[in-house]
Amino acid sequence: MPKLKTIEDLKKLRDEAQRDIKVRLETGTKITVGMGTCGIAAGARETMHAILQELEKREIEAHVTTVGCIGMCIKEPLVDIEQAGNPRITYGNVMPDMVPRLIEEHLINGHVVEEWVIGRLHTSE
Amino acid sequence: MRELSLHILDVLENSIEAGATRIELWIEENLESDTLRIVIRDDGRGMSEELAQRVLDPFVTTRTTRHVGLGLPLFAAAAERCNGGLWIESTPGEGTTVTATFQHSHVDRAPLGDMAATVMAVSLSEREVDIHYKHSVDGQTFELDTADIRRELGVIPLSHPRVRKWLQSLLAEGLETLRTPAS
Repeated sequence: MPKLKTIEDLKKLRDEAQRDIKVRLETGTKITVGMGTCGIAAGARETMHAILQELEKREIEAHVTTVGCIGMCIKEPLVDIEQAGNPRITYGNVMPDMVPRLIEEHLINGHVVEEWVIGRLHTSE
Repeated sequence: MRELSLHILDVLENSIEAGATRIELWIEENLESDTLRIVIRDDGRGMSEELAQRVLDPFVTTRTTRHVGLGLPLFAAAAERCNGGLWIESTPGEGTTVTATFQHSHVDRAPLGDMAATVMAVSLSEREVDIHYKHSVDGQTFELDTADIRRELGVIPLSHPRVRKWLQSLLAEGLETLRTPAS
């Protein structure tokens, strides 16, 4: 791997990212994908990949993180979407082909896709 | 599971659950000796000898939400089907090493699959963990250590959209060079 080049790239990236990080961490969108054995076997890695591709395609800068099993294995792949000021929504059985609609309706149009929702957590704010 | 990279991800997730802060993932493909060797070493809380022996039994798990753990037994079965095997070494308080071997050309050997997505899934873990991924195919090696990347990034997380995109392309390009014969 061309080490010098990548480290220069990284430094540039860091400087760019530094500028907008505060804004994003405070007001941004956070997407969480369950990645326990149950999730992996149900296709969660592919779902995560589809989410990354779709966000990039639509130029949406949301945070994506993975977590272990949270105990609703039958509903895997599980995807949580959290937006500042809104309840945290958990979607179940999210397959890669459902991702474009999920991103479009929830993140772009701001409508929860009710038929796929399996849980909702109201934050105290 | 259809791909070995999914079994690998499953073991990596076990390491994260065990509180690991650093994971070494080494994959060696040697076409001459017709072997594929996967080593996953973590600095997590480790297991007692007794649990390390029992963990290959599908009815054992450390989790409390459900009492059946299938990850390691499935991986072991996949290796054993291909003239290989799976070994676990663990020391409480120090960490765990899982080693799996396969006959590379075995007809039942699942493809490695999307290693880039597996490494991404760990890099994006909510629990901060570093992964040192080293993959060689007949002497050609690709290596990536998220600890090096994190050091450069300072407070910027690996999950930052721009960092994540950069990491994805780095992995894709690196893995591509492994599949291209040396000139």
